Amino acid sequence: MEPGDIEAEIRDFVIANFLFGKAGELTDQESLLENGVIDSTGVLELVGFLQERFGIHVEDDEIVPANLDSIYNLADYISRKAGVHA
Amino acid sequence: MLVQEFLEQSAGKWADKTALITERQRFSYRQIEQQSNSLAHAFIAAGVARGDRVAIVLPNSLESVLAIFATLKAGAVFVVLHPTIKSDKLEYVLNNCRASAIVTGAAKLASEQRWLDKTPYLRSVFMVGGERHHADPVRASGKNPLSLDERPTDSDSLSPPPKQCIDIDLAGLIYTSGSTGRPKGVMMTHLNIVSAAASITTYLENRADDVVINVLPLSFDYGLYQLLMMFKVGGSLVLLNSFAYPHPVLQRISDESVTGFPIVPTISATLLQMNLSHYSFPNLRYITNTAAALPAEHIRRLRAAFPHVKIYSMYGLTECKRVSFLPPDQIDVRPGSVGRGMPNQEVFIVDTEGKLVPPGVVGELVVRGSNVMKGYWEMPEDTDRCLRPGPLPGEKVLYSGDFFYSDSEGYLYFVGRRDDIIKTRGEKVSPREIEDVLYSLDPVAEAAVIGVPDPILGQAIKAVIVPKQGTFLTTQAVLRRCSEKLEDFMIPKFIEFRASLPKTDSGKISRRAIEENCKIKD
Repeated sequence: MEPGDIEAEIRDFVIANFLFGKAGELTDQESLLENGVIDSTGVLELVGFLQERFGIHVEDDEIVPANLDSIYNLADYISRKAGVHA
Repeated sequence: MLVQEFLEQSAGKWADKTALITERQRFSYRQIEQQSNSLAHAFIAAGVARGDRVAIVLPNSLESVLAIFATLKAGAVFVVLHPTIKSDKLEYVLNNCRASAIVTGAAKLASEQRWLDKTPYLRSVFMVGGERHHADPVRASGKNPLSLDERPTDSDSLSPPPKQCIDIDLAGLIYTSGSTGRPKGVMMTHLNIVSAAASITTYLENRADDVVINVLPLSFDYGLYQLLMMFKVGGSLVLLNSFAYPHPVLQRISDESVTGFPIVPTISATLLQMNLSHYSFPNLRYITNTAAALPAEHIRRLRAAFPHVKIYSMYGLTECKRVSFLPPDQIDVRPGSVGRGMPNQEVFIVDTEGKLVPPGVVGELVVRGSNVMKGYWEMPEDTDRCLRPGPLPGEKVLYSGDFFYSDSEGYLYFVGRRDDIIKTRGEKVSPREIEDVLYSLDPVAEAAVIGVPDPILGQAIKAVIVPKQGTFLTTQAVLRRCSEKLEDFMIPKFIEFRASLPKTDSGKISRRAIEENCKIKD
């Protein structure tokens, strides 16, 4: 998978499941938690999606903002985990 | 004794001790005391008067702590609201309590503004963060924008303003969901809070060397009291925003040598999905649980993971803060119990005529003590329904609306609620409030909201909807409307569309029948 495709898929998932279709001005860099895009139980839902869709196992200590808290961070994390090279 | 004296006295004794630890910063008692004094002076200069209600809509942060204490020091009444509150409900609450000031973030102002033009009693808007242009909509609505960063720093302002209140004056309004669909402001006096805090810190054995980590919203009394109690005993509070990212929270528990961890069952469910053998908390003295029952299986597994940690199973309601706790040495003996009444308080289980029932018989729990609220703000009928005459002339006792039985040793067991309130993630949710939002969607003919069991949330919210003939409605459209009007924990997890809903004999939609129906299907 191309990194750009990963970003697009994640963006689509976030918009469909957390913004209920309202894309608004969701930027790639903004904090999903701080901007109220996802709430406190949303992170685990996101992890579930990543594991299922990209076939990875997310360790407890990988569930951190640096890996998950923005579209950009998510795409970067998946690329590293799934061994995708730009 | 006034609530702000918790801070003032601890600052007098331990000025340089760490009082507050946030995501990235640490503050001493002296700093919190001085900064809340200066903010109090700013509130007074802006016109906040004794008894005025000050709304606080912020994530858990230094600023929310300062706003709470500044409000008290200005002789006013704090009204802490969930940071995800949406415009319509914020407008309702601000008008309901006629708040004269609000403290909120620039980001919140930028995303939700409709309430600015619909709140005639509100005069001052204190902003946290942001830039000059964020104040424009405030000015446009005729209100006075002020920046929290511009509070006075002269030496007079670092001292507290003169005290105006006495202990029977209001300290806070805590808005709680009721079954009527409109939230109600629970009136808490300084005496109510001081009494409850004394009782709780006594049975938890809190001391100055305690370090408590709080991930619960300060709009929730369980979260708010972590702040109040730590300041009362001179301990330290680690204040975070949520348990969204469990691993960093557990790391902080380790790093800060946390001694107390208050949780709700959603947190224990999340914890128990992790490999807890990777974590070691030698300084953790206790875990408390309330808001919903901790399943016996969770208790067993938490005990196995952290055998040295005392677990306190507790029960309470916003209307009196807390009622009972189970002494940790009883947790293996009777894990299903929420304990006995806390110090300086009495509890009774009564039948429909108000007579005491014997052990084993289910009745309504009644609470008597200085921690019982003064009533619901400007709702005399609702107040009279639950605050009824007690033994002494003029005294009121609280009818909880919860059903319990006790065993032969007086330990309490929760059976259920009288009303349809849903407990999800430990938060109280009114089905009616959500139904009202669903009915705001044109294609909705009928709607009912129920709670369904959920392993993580306790109860999950399910909305069952009958669309009007010939209309088209998607799950997404429903969820979108909900996210525009409701706090995040109130957004339904499940949406189901049906051709009709079961009714009672009097023709009203029967939530009970829908619940039964859902149980059978699963």
